[in-house]
Amino acid sequence: MKILVPVKRVVDYNVKVRVKPDQSDVDLANVKMSMNPFCEIAVEEAIRLKEKGLAEEIITVSIGPAQAQETLRTALAMGADRGILVQTDQTTEPLAVAKILAKVVEAEGPSLVILGKQAIDDDANQTGQMLAALLGWPQATFASEVKLDGEALEVTREIDGGLQTLAMSLPAIVTTDLRLNEPRYASLPNIMKAKKKPIDTKTPDDFGEDITPRLQVLKVSEPAKREAGIKVENVTQLVDKLKNEAGVL
Amino acid sequence: MSVLVIAEHDNAHLNDATRAAVTAAKALGGDIHILVAGHNAGAVAQGAAQIDGVAKVLHADSEALDKRLAEAMEGVVLSLAEGYDALLTPASTSGKNFMPRIAAKLDVMQISDIIAVEAPDTFVRPVYAGNALQTVKSSDAKKVITVRPTTFEKAGDQGACAIETVDAGTPAAASRFVGEELSKSDRPELASAKIVVSGGRGVGSAENFAIIESLADTIGAAVGASRAAVDAGYVPNDYQVGQTGKVVAPDLYIAIGISGAIQHLAGMKDSKVIVAINKDEEAPIFSVADYGLVADLFTAVPEFEAALKG
Ligand SMILES: Cc1cc2nc3c(=O)[nH]c(=O)nc-3n(C[C@H](O)[C@H](O)[C@H](O)COP(=O)(O)OP(=O)(O)OC[C@H]3O[C@@H](n4cnc5c(N)ncnc54)[C@H](O)[C@@H]3O)c2cc1C
Ligand SMILES: Cc1cc2nc3c(=O)[nH]c(=O)nc-3n(C[C@H](O)[C@H](O)[C@H](O)COP(=O)(O)OP(=O)(O)OC[C@H]3O[C@@H](n4cnc5c(N)ncnc54)[C@H](O)[C@@H]3O)c2cc1C
Repeated sequence: MKILVPVKRVVDYNVKVRVKPDQSDVDLANVKMSMNPFCEIAVEEAIRLKEKGLAEEIITVSIGPAQAQETLRTALAMGADRGILVQTDQTTEPLAVAKILAKVVEAEGPSLVILGKQAIDDDANQTGQMLAALLGWPQATFASEVKLDGEALEVTREIDGGLQTLAMSLPAIVTTDLRLNEPRYASLPNIMKAKKKPIDTKTPDDFGEDITPRLQVLKVSEPAKREAGIKVENVTQLVDKLKNEAGVL
Repeated sequence: MSVLVIAEHDNAHLNDATRAAVTAAKALGGDIHILVAGHNAGAVAQGAAQIDGVAKVLHADSEALDKRLAEAMEGVVLSLAEGYDALLTPASTSGKNFMPRIAAKLDVMQISDIIAVEAPDTFVRPVYAGNALQTVKSSDAKKVITVRPTTFEKAGDQGACAIETVDAGTPAAASRFVGEELSKSDRPELASAKIVVSGGRGVGSAENFAIIESLADTIGAAVGASRAAVDAGYVPNDYQVGQTGKVVAPDLYIAIGISGAIQHLAGMKDSKVIVAINKDEEAPIFSVADYGLVADLFTAVPEFEAALKG
């Protein structure tokens, strides 16, 4: 069985992004970029399934600029077998990404696609679900536990009220939540080995997909700043302020 | 213009987030219908009929819709989508789960987690953990939208409108419900509570979390947590507040032993009043707190609780 793991290159989660003064976008010049943390969890899960002998090959794919190669290399260093870079400098919205991924699935024939539940840049939380719909596959989003037994997949999901467990047969889509696993760090030997692993470079045109954005960004603005308030001396003063100044108790 | 709001519920109760989605729908203009898709959810349909501004309730009932799994929701919503210019649902884990499937099938780019409606085709949504607000204009003929419930007023009540039974459609693929483990609690629901008391890694253990819960119960608050507290197993996953957990905006948010990472702030910085109790006076949480108390939580929290009881 093959597993496909799409990975996205995003602003590192430690970076506090700033809005450009002309409000056209956020300023990403010279900002540290990393693999989206949820994608790391997806790569890790695929590797664990392979280590258990439940999968033969892990293919990782990224849709983005030339630098997304680095993200693929990270996945390869962690343990994915080969990469596909669908190179474009255009903004790719989840719908466009899902359409390209559907074509990659057709070409590569994986039985399982594991994605992150959301990318921490645009926080859209859509791509996996869209891909599932385009393929007509079942989905298990926000996974905190994945059990695979032959073709039978059982997934525990993080939902608003607690946890929910679903069963489905492969092929299927899984999206990862934070507590599914703790991704490994690539060791130096593996980082070196990853450099020799193959990455196939393609373009969206190769898949015949129109990726023109449907959403036009009119403006990117700074949220209203919250001013720091005061420090209270002790609990008595805190209670007094909450009751008599803020009126919330 | 006509808008379909897909109700959030558990077959017994209509979730208030639906009322927020109705308010967003009103901003779009036109007739508003609500779809209640579920199993034995007649009471929910009746509740939905009484939401102010709703012209009609569509009620789909089938066993397949019992847990509102994504594949079944795709079937029923797609069978109705043609008649509407916009489809809206709250950005809950349920809405986030099924709505993108519908968008993809309609060949529409979903607009996720909107916090404002500027025009029927223009919306504001937070990106980068709320560090930026993006105003986007959609060129799609039909709009598929998830609504952040905390930023829209909850629509009020009206005399009940008509309820029409509709076909449940066919699930798009097979997935089967196996079981669930829901947190049971008499406390208010985290996402809509007026007061939230949250604990972080500083609380130290699951046992110690009792002091957070005890304070919460004294003031009728919901209990939340940082990711670190959830990861460490102090509390269940559904307590997590933040960019990748729940977004809350209560009248009062009390952060205890939480440092204030951007991912946590993304989930609570729209609270009306924020209190932080932390022993590190440099903790970033103080930069958003209206009232900060630099203290050891193990002495300050019991003292705080005693003062409120007294
Ligand atoms: C997403 C991610 C998070 C990580 N977080 C941590 C962490 O928190 N703590 C931690 O200790 N490690 C961490 N690692 C371990 C990782 O193996 C490297 O140490 C790290 O990526 C190198 O950082 P860099 O900024 O120099 O990388 P880059 O700028 O990408 O690396 C530059 C070059 O350095 C070389 N290189 C990469 N890794 C190493 C290495 N380990 N030793 C020597 N040369 C190297 C490579 O040739 C690479 O092209 C993380 C790795 C990844 C992929
Ligand atoms: C992809 C991704 C998504 C994330 N999503 C979320 C999210 O949704 N929500 C979230 O919360 N985090 C999220 N995080 C994690 C986030 O970055 C922080 O790691 C986390 O919020 C830290 O939790 P904390 O403040 O409890 O712990 P810490 O940062 O360890 O802070 C503990 C605080 O407790 C204080 N303290 C310790 N002992 C005491 C005491 N006795 N009395 C008083 N104060 C004390 C310390 O001074 C410290 O400030 C995410 C991270 C990533 C990478």
